Amino acid sequence: MADMTPEKTKMPEQAPEVRNKNFLEVAQGYTPELAQKESQRCLGCKNPRCVEGCPVNVPIPEFIGAVQRGDMEGAYRAISRANALPAVCGRVCPQESQCEGRCVRGIRGESVGIGRLERYVADWALENGVSSDEMDPPNGHKVAVVGSGPAGLTCAGELAKKGYSVTIFEAFHVAGGVLSYGIPEFRLPKSIVEKEVANLERMGVEIRLNMVIGKIMSIDDLFESGYEAVFIGSGAGLPQFMKIPGESLVGVFSANEYLTRINLMKAYRPDNPTPIFESKKVAVLGGGNVAMDAARCAKRMGADVHIVYRRGEAELPARAEEVHHAKEEGICFDLLCNPVLIQGDEQGRVKSMKVIRMELGEPDASGRRRPVPIPGSEFEMEVDTVIVAIGTSPNPLIRSTTPGLETNSRGCITTGEDGSTSRQGVFAGGDASTGAATVILAMGAGKTAARSIDEYLKGKN
Amino acid sequence: MPEQYEIVRKRALTPDITSISVYAPLIARKARAGQFIILRAGHDGERIPLTVSSTQGDLVTVVFQKVGDSTMTLDEIPEGGCLTDFVGPLGLPTPVDGVKRAAVVGGGLGCAIALPVAKALHDAGAQVDLIGGFRTKDIVILEEDMARACDNLYICTDDGSYGYSGFTTGKLEELLRSGEKYDRVYAIGPLVMMKFVCRLTKGYDIPTIVSMNPIMIDGTGMCGCCRVTVDGQVKFACVDGPDFDGHKIDFDETIARAATYKEFEQRRRENHKCRLEGMNNG
Repeated sequence: MADMTPEKTKMPEQAPEVRNKNFLEVAQGYTPELAQKESQRCLGCKNPRCVEGCPVNVPIPEFIGAVQRGDMEGAYRAISRANALPAVCGRVCPQESQCEGRCVRGIRGESVGIGRLERYVADWALENGVSSDEMDPPNGHKVAVVGSGPAGLTCAGELAKKGYSVTIFEAFHVAGGVLSYGIPEFRLPKSIVEKEVANLERMGVEIRLNMVIGKIMSIDDLFESGYEAVFIGSGAGLPQFMKIPGESLVGVFSANEYLTRINLMKAYRPDNPTPIFESKKVAVLGGGNVAMDAARCAKRMGADVHIVYRRGEAELPARAEEVHHAKEEGICFDLLCNPVLIQGDEQGRVKSMKVIRMELGEPDASGRRRPVPIPGSEFEMEVDTVIVAIGTSPNPLIRSTTPGLETNSRGCITTGEDGSTSRQGVFAGGDASTGAATVILAMGAGKTAARSIDEYLKGKN
Repeated sequence: MPEQYEIVRKRALTPDITSISVYAPLIARKARAGQFIILRAGHDGERIPLTVSSTQGDLVTVVFQKVGDSTMTLDEIPEGGCLTDFVGPLGLPTPVDGVKRAAVVGGGLGCAIALPVAKALHDAGAQVDLIGGFRTKDIVILEEDMARACDNLYICTDDGSYGYSGFTTGKLEELLRSGEKYDRVYAIGPLVMMKFVCRLTKGYDIPTIVSMNPIMIDGTGMCGCCRVTVDGQVKFACVDGPDFDGHKIDFDETIARAATYKEFEQRRRENHKCRLEGMNNG
């Protein structure tokens, strides 16, 4: 008989006033007892809607059933059949709009804590050295994967399982893509990413770091050197700015830069050689997950932090949990506010930002109510740092060096539903083809492309 | 065979300037004049962008000045030691096509980058005047290499201890006044020098290309840290440059941005010196 408690079993967390001064993980994970308790809330539906809500279709009732029986290894095997990076997904997936959003328990009360359980099982497997073992024998075919972010890692893992010899080309000195440079340590410890990457290497995936495809080698060079198919998962790339005066002043950063300094280069550690700007008061422009990450990092670096967003609370694109955590940590939300210009001192350093208040008008093309400036409502915010987190556009390095690779008006690589591109043997997925989206959608695209690459190469040979 | 990223050859060009030749066969084959690499010395090391000075066989040579903590750490790796990371070639090559008569102006360490540009122009059939400026005679670098890469080499020293007495802009102006006609001028060196070269060539209406070296992290267009304003447009030096039309660059903004981490760097430099002295004393 299922546990009919209406609320999810709470996961222990660091207290807000403690965690906003350190970079240790905020949510500390279930204990075995808490995991057991939460697993009992699952009804094990015969027609599980949660699985339909998952972009990689993790067999959720099956793995939770195994947890109920105390069979952690079985639970892990069930998850890892569908998901190459469960310890990552358990932490950063927007479960509330995916699996958990479809859970029948959510109709009267809270859904089952699927993400929390997935994390628990994945962490158990990492700690106990259990890894996915269902591998086909090597088939002798070589596939190149460009980028080691969630799309590339997933695609590589899926292909390795099918017996392909896979090489990932990563531009940075560390694998993981956005998992390493973008998502902060306190949401996704880098040791977890390293372990997931090491798992793939154990499966035979080769990772070549410091290889910027489009520079050192083109996609065509990869084919010439013996790869029979290529998957492009090169990520979102170029940061967008507001196009307001003052954005090149000292103290204005893209969220990519600020987060890369902190996460990839470890600039938050006191004795690190990579510099980070010493901010007293920070305005973060934007309302998405990246804005929340940047704001929470700046808070931990000791600054007074404001999120400045042109729409209202209901329109914030960030996950509710991230907004909740940010507020708990003392970050101010200046909603319905839009920056007009950034002002500098005589040394060219940011000293203030002029902001206009907005109100919501009619819904726009995105279905959200359009923010409209309120005339005469400008005011000045004294800040020394502005972090721009309003999105990115795809990196041009690959599209500009790959003849015949079609891209859309925004520069995203055009793909079919199967991940195929306009070039034979070239597949793409993740932010490089969709524009900035989520980790799990990129993983879903990597998985789909792996299936298509398998079919393509089987058909060819 | 050398190991990946091994420093196969290391030379101190002056007490502050070092040249290292790194084993990186793929990059050595691909790099063109004006492109850069990013290296790291140590597992927690900063990413350091350096423009390629020359390539030969499997080796890529870069020249750096010990200006801060990270470059001092880099200089502590001996010949035969390995860099942690070495990635490139990044940025776009310097455009040299269609130029018949060029002046290439290098300032200090910038001469190490002016050298391959002069050579590329020279190899493409252009007649090249190379003007290399230094503070004083003792810190003149790469003189023989530069002499081979051009038709006329003019070394200038600020204090007049060697060659032309004065700044590179003084020499360039002298040449222009004497009637030299250049299709294009290339300036590579300190921001202030490039700014004044551009001011001069603007008066003569000579297209001028400058090589920018702003603060960078990834070098692939991801962080936007290296943005420069060119003709009112934001450009990323790592993917759109590092070369730009010098008459359209907002130099004052670039100079301010270059000082973003001045205090941090000063503190690190002091600490580094203290550590070294501590080691020597202990």
